Formats: sequence, structure tokens, C-alpha cells
Amino acid sequence: MKEDFPLLKKTIYLDSASTTQKPNQVMQAMQTYYEEYNANVHRGIYTLSEESTKLYENGRKAVARFINAPANKIVFTKGATESLSLVAHGLQLTEKDEVIVSIMEHHSNMVPWQQTKANVKYAPMKDGKLDMEALEKLITPATKVISVGHISNAIGVENPIKEIAQLAHSNNTLLVVDAAQSVGHQKVDVQELEADFVAFSAHKMFGPMGVGVLYGKIELLKPLVTGGGSILTVTTKGTTFMEGPHGFEAGTPNVAGVVGLTAAITYLEQLGMDNVANHIQEMTTYATSKVVDLPHIKLIGQGKGILSFTVDNVHSHDVTSILSEQGVCVRAGHHCAMPLMEVLGINDCVRASFHAYTTKDDIDALVKGLAQVKEVFA
Amino acid sequence: MNMYQQHIMEHYGNPCNYGTVQDCTHQHTDFNPLCGDEVTIQVKVEDDKVVNVGFTCKGCAISKASTSMLTEHVEGKGVEIVKNIKNEDMMQMLNIPISPSRVNCVLLGLVAIKKALYGVEHAEH
Repeated sequence: MKEDFPLLKKTIYLDSASTTQKPNQVMQAMQTYYEEYNANVHRGIYTLSEESTKLYENGRKAVARFINAPANKIVFTKGATESLSLVAHGLQLTEKDEVIVSIMEHHSNMVPWQQTKANVKYAPMKDGKLDMEALEKLITPATKVISVGHISNAIGVENPIKEIAQLAHSNNTLLVVDAAQSVGHQKVDVQELEADFVAFSAHKMFGPMGVGVLYGKIELLKPLVTGGGSILTVTTKGTTFMEGPHGFEAGTPNVAGVVGLTAAITYLEQLGMDNVANHIQEMTTYATSKVVDLPHIKLIGQGKGILSFTVDNVHSHDVTSILSEQGVCVRAGHHCAMPLMEVLGINDCVRASFHAYTTKDDIDALVKGLAQVKEVFA
Repeated sequence: MNMYQQHIMEHYGNPCNYGTVQDCTHQHTDFNPLCGDEVTIQVKVEDDKVVNVGFTCKGCAISKASTSMLTEHVEGKGVEIVKNIKNEDMMQMLNIPISPSRVNCVLLGLVAIKKALYGVEHAEH
């Protein structure tokens, strides 16, 4: 399938958890949109605008089908970060409310909650996983929200969402799931997960940057961004907002981006999500087996498309610079999860991440590069 | 040509002025938020002269080597000289190709010493 991804001809790309490469089918769909359909949505009465609107709303239906949700519960945002910020802001939490997040969260699922008036509590980890007992103990009658990642972007751990949903719902608490690292990597059925809100980004699932999704009980939220496109009436006395997703999509939306996301979903559906998940798992297992016995490498996390590790006495920046010289792209640093790094007792680590297009040759190149790192720092 | 040339690796393996300056008159700790690199620089100034300088760091080879070279360069000189060191001077001192994502690693020590001596407002990148 690498022939569908122009950039993969030039580089050994092992940073898909950051953003995936884009197939020709996605780029072509966006190009065609601008060449043949470009017009503002929901406004013009002319045919072109109607066609553009149809493409945009078809994107909403495609997303809904992909995650098994009703289309009127799908809001387009600019990414998972904005989706999570929209929920945190939109729930209008007060000083009396409590929010629980896990300590392994990406900053995008931690910082927005810290900006609310609510008291944020952090569920710890135990044996490399979320400590479910400790999480349960943190829940009080004041707990309004539990917000957790589906799959950790830094260590690849999958959290037991259904189990957390049951804990949450038995306490009348809302469950928010950051699914940026799972939608597009494996089959995600938001109703089966019993999540009240689910956030993800198009660009981590072969779609373009600048488009994200918030699924959920949007009727509970106040909009984060307001203006044209989201209103019913505006007078000098005030404004009434549209019901449903449009009330949250003020301003001209990223229609080409949604068209790209739609093409990405079609691409993934043609591959088959079970095949995608199996391939990602196979690559993760292969990479782990190749790296686990290297004496200068310490594994930090492995699973679900992620392999993170440190190299003895070599900073992750230096590792990635040397790998870059070999044409291998991996990520270094704290992976937007500084509290997790603190728990793990490290400042930073190297992360290689895999997707449907990753091959064993790519991973072999990583292993070869790691030998070079050892040589330079011998 | 790569970044990890012999002179860099020598400064990394055996940095100059690595350690604390007990009777320092100025000090500052600076961070590179991208990767969590951290450099602490301590300077003892007497009669407008850098009479002693030391640093400690948690970070990559590039930030450690560049801070080592920087401290070697400023020791014994007037504090005015430090003020006038430019980003390009650091690049020249290192004399290796620096990719854009590593520029802040090179400049971390310089930012720290300028903040130590002159305050935050004089140390813009």
C-alpha cells in the first residue's frame, strides 16, 4: 500500500502517532473539491453551494457510520485538542465540580480541564496501566466528568473504557474519551464504549490536518466559538443558536478538510479496520522483539502501534537526530505527557509509532539506526 | 557531514566548567520546552568580569557541548562581551550543521547566561 503514499517513497516514517502520512486518494479528493465544488456551505441558494453543503454533510454521515453514532451528534472541530477544549469549556463546570483525568493523559486532555473552575484529580498508574481501584476511590458525588485517553500516545496502553464507563455512569458522571490514538487504528464503536463524548483528529487517520471530531451529548454544551453559521436569530437584545452540531460550527468550516476525512474513512474501510488493527499489532510485536534484547535500550512502553524507549546515556534528541541522518523519522521528547514522564521517572524518551503502511523493513532500518547511535556515543 | 563530530563529542564527554560555583553572584536555569532540556548556569562577577562560571544540565549532547564551549569562551572576559554574543556566534563556535529543530539546543546555554547576567528581557532568542 506504500505506493498510495507519496512521502513514504522518500522517508522511513515511524511517527504516525504524531500524524499519519496521507494517501493520494485523500489529497485527490481535496484537490477535486477545490476544482469542482468550492463554495461556502449552508448559505448560497445556488447549485454549487448546495453541492458543497452536501459534501460537508456527507462527511458527517461518513464519520457517524465509521464510529457507529447518529450524525446529529457529530461536531466538526479543528482537531481532538479543540474537541476536548469544547467539552471542558462547554460543560460550564463550577468550583463545586470535580473532574478526574488519568495521569497518562496527553496535555490536550489535561490542560483544558485545568482551565475550568472544577477541581481536577489525577488517577494514578499501577504496573504500567491505569490503576482502576485508585480511580474508583477518587470518584465522589461531586465528580462531574471522567476524561481518559482510549490509547496512550506515549506508551500505547489501552484503557478499559467500558469498565470506566460503568464506574462513571453508576455515579451519574460523564465519560469523555480522547480517541485520537484509536479511531483509525482499530474498530471504534462509540455506543459500545458507552462514552458520553469522544474526541479525535482526522490527521492521525490518513486525513488532513485541521479537522477533528467531537461526538457526544452536545446538547449539554455551550459553544466555544460563536458567530455566523451557528445562529437562528440575532438581534441587539441577543442571539439564539441552532440546535445540533451546526450550533458549534460557527464560521466557514473546513469543507475540503472534511472531504479529505471522508476519503480517509473510505480508504480505511476498504482496508478493513480489523486488518488495520492486526497489522499495527504485528508491527508493534515485531519492533518490540527486535529492540527488547538490545543492551543499550530500555523499553518504556510497547503496545497498540507505539514503541517508546530510552537509550542508555543518550538524550532522545540525539537519538532522533542520528536516526534522521539515516532517513528514519521517530519522535523525541516528552510526547505532550509531562506528568506521565514524571511518573515514569524520565524526562523524555524516543517513540517509534506504526500504522497500516509500516513494514518490517522500516523497523529493520530503525534497529540499524540504533546501532549507529551506539557507535557515535561509544 | 553530521552533527556529532569529534570536537562536539569531546565537549560532551568532558565538558569544561561543569559543576556549581558556590560563591556565584548570578545564576539562572532555563528550559527547552520542546524536549525538557534544562541548563543551570552560575557566574561569579567581580569588577565587571566573569571570574568564574559553571553549569549543570540535563539534556542532549548538543546543548551540553555548546554550553561547555560558551563557558570556555566567556571565562575571564568582561560581562559586556557576554551581552554581545549573538546566536550566529554560537553557530560559528560549534561549527557543525544544525537542523532547525536543534537550534534551541545550541542556544540554551547562551539564553541562560544572558538571563543570569542581564535579566529575562535581554535574552530573547
